[in-house]
Amino acid sequence: MKLAVWTYEGPPHVGAMRVATAMRDVHYVLHAPQGDTYADLLFTMIERRDHRPPVTYTTFQARDLGADTAALFKTACKAAYDRFRPEALIVGASCTAELIQDDPGGLAEALDLPVPVIPLELPSYQRKENFGADETFFRIVKRLAQPMERSARPTANLVGPTALGFRHRDDIAEVTALLDEMGIAVNVVAPYGASPDDIARLGAAHFNVLMYPETAEAACRWMEKALGQPYTRTVPIGVGATRDFVAEAARLAGVAPKLDTARLRLPWYSASVDSTYLTGKRVFIFGDGTHAIAAARIATEEMGFEVVGLGCYNREMARPVRAAAKALGLEALITDDYLDVERAIEEAAPELILGTQMERHIGKRLGIGCAVISAPVHVQDFPARYAPQMGIEGANVIFDTWVHPLVMGLEEHLLAMFRDDFEFHDAAGPSHHGHKAAAAPAAAEAPVAAPAVTEPAANDNGGKVIWLAEAEAELRKVPFFVRAKARRNTEAYAAARGQARIDVETLYEAKAHYAR
Amino acid sequence: MTAGCPSAGAPVLRERGQHEVFCGLTSIIWLHRKMQDAFFLVVGSRTCAHLLQSAAGVMIFAEPRFGTAILEESDLAGMADAQAEIDREVARLLSRRSDIRQLFLVGSCPSEVIKLDLAKAAERLDAQFAPQVRVLNFSGSGIETTFTEGEDACLAALAPRLPASDKRQLLVLGALPDVVEDQMRGLLAEIGIPEVAVLPARRAGDDPAIGPHTRFALAQPFLGDTMAALERRGARHIAAPFPFGEEGTTAWLTAVAAAFGIPAERVEAVTAAPRARARKAISAARETLDGKSIFFFPDSQLEVPLARFLARECGMRPVEVGTPYLHRGILGPDLALLGDGPRLSEGQDVERQLDRLRADRPDLTVCGLGLANPLEAEGLATKWAIELVFTPVHFYEQAGDLAGLFARPLRRRALLTPGVAA
Repeated sequence: MKLAVWTYEGPPHVGAMRVATAMRDVHYVLHAPQGDTYADLLFTMIERRDHRPPVTYTTFQARDLGADTAALFKTACKAAYDRFRPEALIVGASCTAELIQDDPGGLAEALDLPVPVIPLELPSYQRKENFGADETFFRIVKRLAQPMERSARPTANLVGPTALGFRHRDDIAEVTALLDEMGIAVNVVAPYGASPDDIARLGAAHFNVLMYPETAEAACRWMEKALGQPYTRTVPIGVGATRDFVAEAARLAGVAPKLDTARLRLPWYSASVDSTYLTGKRVFIFGDGTHAIAAARIATEEMGFEVVGLGCYNREMARPVRAAAKALGLEALITDDYLDVERAIEEAAPELILGTQMERHIGKRLGIGCAVISAPVHVQDFPARYAPQMGIEGANVIFDTWVHPLVMGLEEHLLAMFRDDFEFHDAAGPSHHGHKAAAAPAAAEAPVAAPAVTEPAANDNGGKVIWLAEAEAELRKVPFFVRAKARRNTEAYAAARGQARIDVETLYEAKAHYAR
Repeated sequence: MTAGCPSAGAPVLRERGQHEVFCGLTSIIWLHRKMQDAFFLVVGSRTCAHLLQSAAGVMIFAEPRFGTAILEESDLAGMADAQAEIDREVARLLSRRSDIRQLFLVGSCPSEVIKLDLAKAAERLDAQFAPQVRVLNFSGSGIETTFTEGEDACLAALAPRLPASDKRQLLVLGALPDVVEDQMRGLLAEIGIPEVAVLPARRAGDDPAIGPHTRFALAQPFLGDTMAALERRGARHIAAPFPFGEEGTTAWLTAVAAAFGIPAERVEAVTAAPRARARKAISAARETLDGKSIFFFPDSQLEVPLARFLARECGMRPVEVGTPYLHRGILGPDLALLGDGPRLSEGQDVERQLDRLRADRPDLTVCGLGLANPLEAEGLATKWAIELVFTPVHFYEQAGDLAGLFARPLRRRALLTPGVAA
């Protein structure tokens, strides 16, 4: 047993729903108790889908357990086929139905329906949502895709986008445009918008673009082996990754690489003088493995940030995330425990968090700005406007999104200059966020009233470092967005020298020591 | 069941099929805010944890007082002693949260199916952590409870633990928002019932004492098991329509007053001003709602009293009133006022119910979050049912707000659709 407060991923059958809901003309019959239908609202409310997910739940109750739940499954399965007439049927069990071992696959097979029936075995007590999506899509592809002649012109399949994915809708358009520029046509996009017929003709493409390893790596591996289709390893999020992706796709298609950068603005925006203040901003990155790794590269190479924490919640991606962290001199945080992530962020005291909606809440609590870079996300991260993460426009969107939580460049200087002003103090927050600027708390103006020493802070040597009152007061004059960093640096500096007390001298010595 | 109720014999459509409703665990979302020193530990699966964070539509990030002990493969394979695992997780939790005075071990579908004995665990832990923390258990599993029945199961678990009292007193049953609870206490005090016990109490120490001279009234209709548990303790139920709208609130207060020998004239005299306010507030929404048809999907068991309010005070025409469970002993007075007009349905086959809905094409459909947007896309105006549970809607001062919840989707539709009048 493991206590969970919030979860980054749902159970595996929700992953299967993400695949089924993204597709056309399939239906998923899920053996599940009353209540599991809550999952419909993820799609209809959070993603604002205008159709119910194509899922029939058997909704068994306690009284059915003593009777015949298998018969209930068969009735529900037959009724679902008769009503919806899908081209293919997916059948499986949710966590509770897994325990009663009714074998939905065998039961559905026995109905002798005139369409392919694809049984799913998703171990609910071991695996999670991403695995469920990956496994479901793999089973569908394995059952329906056929070896066939390649198309005459170079083509690719876009593989991996699902329902409830972070910006999947817009990434499809962006990647399609990247390929189109090089004369590579899209054969099939799957599972997003694909019908079983489309899955059957995946084999006509020359190669696969694996957009999201989380949801389609197993299928791509199988297609490589069974259909002889290579797949791309680069996920085109960020300028550098987009260039690498273009080169990789061109090589796989046997065409010349080509990238139109006329609309690309990230590099210039990042180089322009207003962005000088972004230099060395400390960022903490956490999300799914794919988006976290991409964000780390953009942060260091394209934004000039300092990455102070990097991690992912999906253990399947632990290896590449560990490697990416190591390259930055960090130890990766691989956990699905929200409280661990909160602790790590508090410890690292970043100036900006790049995370999921969980980290957005952590940021709110700790008073640190956060930009969302990965699922799980909430309704506001399914914007009406075109807002991809991939390709040229994706890079532009990322620049805007990441800078937005921060105070503006010149504003930062003004805040530093007038930080004692009663209205224009630094805790008032960025001016473009619409918070009402609260008057500076009176307590902050009277540091003399503070106790002589503050709580001892533990340092790496296990010893305690004590802040003297004047040093604490001086620290409060440091603008809030760098205050946590100044505190950490000063404590580390003092600890390294075996100093037990921090006075104003120590503060400024540390400042000189860490000057960049 | 209830003799003398005109609608007692009205035919009810009983259906079996896919239920598009939440399980009882969802009640934890409001119970944990109401009971401020309680922690709800669900013993379940990742699905339970995911439901809890998704059901409210948003996550409540103010350090939640609920969590899920997620069963893992080793718990199921018998490799780990589940009882020992529960002990460990509870000890860890209570050492981190010294503010917790009552802990509920909440059963789920998987814990029920593997027959994990949470009653035994609660008994053992209760002895271990007494008197600082009391430990109880109830089931919020979907195989046994529907949505609001989670609150019923929770309060029914509390009932046998309440201290005994021979005092002649009024007990009001059901979690109400604090502001509404305070208004209710104010009204009852003016009528002449200054002391009112409520269940659930805001804190463990404020638990009501009960006994044979306790008369209780329900503020929520979904508390059948709790009602039975209190009756076993000798307390007696005051049957009344539910306090929604001006009429419902007055009838509820009058029934309560009568049980304490207070004449209806007194109720009428002290409620004249709030009744006038409620009527005035409702009249604004009535302009939009009058003559419109409404269809309820089953959700919270509030459907019958709400349909009664909308029909009698707002001029709406209920076409179908679906409810997960029709408790005639509790809903008798509301059914009598509602009359024989609408089709009553109990349980659900969501596909067939959608067929009926499409045939009826009502002006407004009350349904769950999974159905609302797809129905809007079909051109049907909807009202999310869950908002009726999460919003203060009881008693006079909220009567206008309650009517407004139904009027808003229609007014919005009118604003966005040229040529459509609200």
